[in-house]
Amino acid sequence: MSDAAVKKKGRLKFRLSTVVITAYLLFLLIPIYWLIIMSFKSNSEILGAFTLFPDNFTLKNYQTILTDASWYMGYVNSFIYVSLNTVISLTVALPAAYAFSRYRFFGDNHLFFWLLTNRMAPPAVFALPFFQLYSSVSLFDTHIAVALAHCLFNVPLAVWILEGFMRGVPREIDETAFIDGYGFTRFFTKIFIPMIAPGIGVTAFFCFMFSWVELLLSRTLTSVDAKPITAIMTRTVSASGLDWGVLAAAGVLTIIPGAIVIYFVRNHIAKGFALGRV
Amino acid sequence: MSLRLEGVSKITNGETHIYPTDIELHKGTMNVLLGPTSAGKTSLMRLMAGLDKPDTGKIYWEDQDVTKHRVQDRDIAMVYQQFVNYPSMTVYDNIASPLKLQKKSAAEVDAKVQEMADLLQLTSILDRKPAEISGGQQQRCAMARALAKDVGLVLMDEPLANLDYKLREELRVEIPRLFEASGSIFVYATTEPEETLLLGGNTATLWEGRITQFGNAMDVYRGPVDETTARVYSDPPMNFISVAKEGAVIRFPDGQSTKLRDDLVNLPDADYQIGFRAHHLETGDNMDGVIEFDANLIVTELTGSDTFVHVDTMNERWIGLVPGLQDFAVGQNLKVGLNPANAFYFGKDGKLVAAPSHDPGKPGE
Repeated sequence: MSDAAVKKKGRLKFRLSTVVITAYLLFLLIPIYWLIIMSFKSNSEILGAFTLFPDNFTLKNYQTILTDASWYMGYVNSFIYVSLNTVISLTVALPAAYAFSRYRFFGDNHLFFWLLTNRMAPPAVFALPFFQLYSSVSLFDTHIAVALAHCLFNVPLAVWILEGFMRGVPREIDETAFIDGYGFTRFFTKIFIPMIAPGIGVTAFFCFMFSWVELLLSRTLTSVDAKPITAIMTRTVSASGLDWGVLAAAGVLTIIPGAIVIYFVRNHIAKGFALGRV
Repeated sequence: MSLRLEGVSKITNGETHIYPTDIELHKGTMNVLLGPTSAGKTSLMRLMAGLDKPDTGKIYWEDQDVTKHRVQDRDIAMVYQQFVNYPSMTVYDNIASPLKLQKKSAAEVDAKVQEMADLLQLTSILDRKPAEISGGQQQRCAMARALAKDVGLVLMDEPLANLDYKLREELRVEIPRLFEASGSIFVYATTEPEETLLLGGNTATLWEGRITQFGNAMDVYRGPVDETTARVYSDPPMNFISVAKEGAVIRFPDGQSTKLRDDLVNLPDADYQIGFRAHHLETGDNMDGVIEFDANLIVTELTGSDTFVHVDTMNERWIGLVPGLQDFAVGQNLKVGLNPANAFYFGKDGKLVAAPSHDPGKPGE
């Protein structure tokens, strides 16, 4: 092949890959783009005209959300139970994952697999028992109720991801630490946790995300005091019909926390998706 | 100080890793556990360390039963084959960590760390993390941490096995020096007879979960109590051939016979196994006092200055170490020779009957 032919082929390849990736990104981003421009439009523009940019750029929708307690408290509530859930999940899953990764005990394999199957049941199955249970122990409409309910699927997930990361740490490190004189707690906090810090970050991210996007349980178990933003968004129908612009703004604000969190764990996320087994 | 194992055994998943073992190690001794892979060196060490609990038997440290003591309460340090350091800490903090746990003052800790760093040539990299230093330095760091504690028992489980040849040579020279400096009981596991001889001290040869012999390194090398020990303590493995003793001669399977050593004439007439090491297999023209055998060359391996020849003769596979780079053709016939003076004689039960005559006074320990 001549130089020109090589060059041409290279350029063609470059173009094809560019087209594919651009198209892919476009399809991914269209709904998000649409959501964002909607949030800067007035209701009449959203319903009246097909525009790619807001004709009358407005921040009124965001103003509504950030000043109206019935809106912004949704974010606060979500944040509270999501954080609670993440903390509880990690606290419970860290020792459990350590046990699974370091000890052989009766039925450990079955128990470990059974943990994962918990994730396979639809949350709707658990909505009824949780609702009844929490009502009878007066946990209904509290943040901790939602946080605990979400543990049902976040703890198994956290155990799985953490176990994968912990398995990557040679057992000899544990033994060396014990020989050096470390007690278990001190070893765990001072040596072991720093070694699997990326794993903990990824696990926290997954717990955060699943709890943040979960709608059914959080809506069922709350009414007023702990009502999450996702529930508010799906229920907001005012007298004048749907408030499109405000809903879009709420949607944008709901995406942001996830985007921020994902930024911090971006280098380890693939390992997390593989449940730590890479 | 002494470490005493009494009838210690270990069974994992129904498989016996260590058969009941008695051994006593004394203060200030270098003890090398020699055995092939999965002979039980690591298992035995883990029992000595207290990382694993024995299924039977007791472990005494200075005559005190420590079988059930936690690892943290045992006066030990351990270096693994893998380079085990705390990745989140610098080299300095790695070495300092066991000292800090002993609640030493900051000045004491610093002095000890500097001393260890000096001894192991880590001074220039004290502020680096383990991931940022070479494998040899990582292992030095692990050794420094182990020795900084000033413990009575230092266990080293093939510490040089994962290093390249050059570094291994370099560190191997330092181990006796570190041992001298510490005054502790050293236990060192290796698969290499050569390393065992270099380190000296005592050797315990292990084979399939049993200690076959324990004693001075040279004594064990020169007078292995049985075939197994001789095999373990030879690299390449010892060559064997069975012979029949008839009065004052021994007869080889190919019909040749030779005069027996005078001091062995009184042995009962029977079949014996003769064993000899690779460097005692002779080739070439100048073979005085040697019985020659026709052999078929199977493999040659060239090292830098010597040639290993694998030959088949009398239905046995022998391996010989021939000086110089030899230009043998595979499949060719080769005259190989054996000087009976270099031979070990083993009885039918595998026990040593006589060691080579030029090691006077060591007939089978």
